[in-house]
Amino acid sequence: MNTLNITHAKDMLTYAADQIIDSLPLLTEIDSKTGDGDHGIGMAGGMKKAKEKLAGMEDCTDVYKLFAEAGKAMLMSMGGASGVIFGTMYMGGAKGKEPKAELTPAELAALLRDSLEAIKTRGKASVGDKTMVDALEPAVEAMEANAAQGLLPMLEAGEKAAAWGVEQTKAFQAKFGRAKSLMERAIGHQDAGATSVWIIIRSMREYVAEHAVEKGV
Amino acid sequence: MSKKIINNAEDVCAEMMEGFLAAYPRYYKRVPDTNSLMRANPRQDKVALVIGGGSGHEPMFSGFVGDGLGDAAACGNIFASPDPGTIMAVAEAVHSGKGVLFVYGCYAGDNLNFDMAEEMLQDTGVETAHVRVWDDCASAPADRMEDRRGIAGDTFVVKIAGAACDAGLSLSEVVRVTEKARDNLRTIGVATSPGMIPGLDKPTFELADDEMEYGMGIHGEPGIERTKMKPADALVEDLYRNIMAEGHVSQGDEVCVLVNGLGSITVLEMSIVYRKVAALLERDGITVYDADIGSYCTCQEMGGFSISLMKLDQELKGYYDTPCYSPFFAKEGR
Repeated sequence: MNTLNITHAKDMLTYAADQIIDSLPLLTEIDSKTGDGDHGIGMAGGMKKAKEKLAGMEDCTDVYKLFAEAGKAMLMSMGGASGVIFGTMYMGGAKGKEPKAELTPAELAALLRDSLEAIKTRGKASVGDKTMVDALEPAVEAMEANAAQGLLPMLEAGEKAAAWGVEQTKAFQAKFGRAKSLMERAIGHQDAGATSVWIIIRSMREYVAEHAVEKGV
Repeated sequence: MSKKIINNAEDVCAEMMEGFLAAYPRYYKRVPDTNSLMRANPRQDKVALVIGGGSGHEPMFSGFVGDGLGDAAACGNIFASPDPGTIMAVAEAVHSGKGVLFVYGCYAGDNLNFDMAEEMLQDTGVETAHVRVWDDCASAPADRMEDRRGIAGDTFVVKIAGAACDAGLSLSEVVRVTEKARDNLRTIGVATSPGMIPGLDKPTFELADDEMEYGMGIHGEPGIERTKMKPADALVEDLYRNIMAEGHVSQGDEVCVLVNGLGSITVLEMSIVYRKVAALLERDGITVYDADIGSYCTCQEMGGFSISLMKLDQELKGYYDTPCYSPFFAKEGR
């Protein structure tokens, strides 16, 4: 499995949605430390809508459209900052692309790169602000650097970088959202949004790893 | 363990709206396919005023739809902004061709979702604008005004914006007047006990029985100083000193004053608070044009209150004096 075809993309996004839904207690606990504890509920609700949307897209032949529609389902149902930000994580990079029945590793990395840029423009956050950008930006960079190695090595590098980014957020004060008003009291706690990014990229890696073994690639 | 009168936690927003609409069909109806409401008899030929934000602060925002107030409220989940699809549907339901003004509190989630909804509406040819309320002077220093949060001052800003929209002003004029109200307004609060989010078994923050916190936000955001409980007069003096340090009102000015309860404070206590606020304003040569005491912008059962002061000029007085009515907020004309 060295490209992501339409069936894999759909199953992979569905798998990632399930992993977020299963992580609800973890995300709630993390967000309760610095926010108001609703990140997990919002993400799980949005991912449920994304799953429903994906399930109804049997006839879709464009991988970008899968990402765009999953993102739109989140954007239009979640509310809160995470609805816009995580909706954009899927939608932003799919916007304006020529339809494709499968994505190469480099194209998947490019999708997430464009999503990252869209998120930064909209949310005005940079690395170090204790947001999901702290996990997504290093993950995208690692994926770009490893795209030539193939899909699985690229996602392994992305997952590792995202996990590193989550760890980094513990050291930061928040510049956005409710954790902002905690000032230095937010230090020591990881960011819930960054954690969700890590779960999504980890899920992509897990899905691809499983299917790579299955197919003996 | 909180003794909330609810059924399932995940149903609270939907069931609240069902009950609210069932109680007030004279005034409100549902915006189709949303958990948001609009006036039962939509008005035409004026800028539509859409207010909104997270639920859990009732009667803000749903109870501020009415004559001389909002045309509709876009309501999110507890303490979470509504999504852009909801905001768009609400705006489209009340738009009558003269544009839409959005008034909401300045929070990251609200800013992102309302911005996105505005972009989508503008793509369909609807003229839109927004005024973000950032009256909480404890939430960021004055040189970072746009980082401040919107709290009880929503009450006055929605009142003025509603009157300006009803007067038939153009969108740009309504924005100018509403921004003036926002810029002339400051609020500072104190919390004495936390609110509980329905379904969560831990309060939004912890505060010892003999403590209170100045500047705490309406979602339990940490404030500026935690201190021992004090008698009402001493407490009000502390808050008054903080709000006057903003320098937005001075001797000879006329203001309207709101003592807003955060959820569980009694009218008895708020009246004692207002008594002292009035005395301090009189001492400083500031005239009270009008005052109000009520729990309009709440954080569930949070204890405590806030004081808002809005400086008035001739123009704002005119809009302030326009009568308005909702089941939760009413002013007689004068």
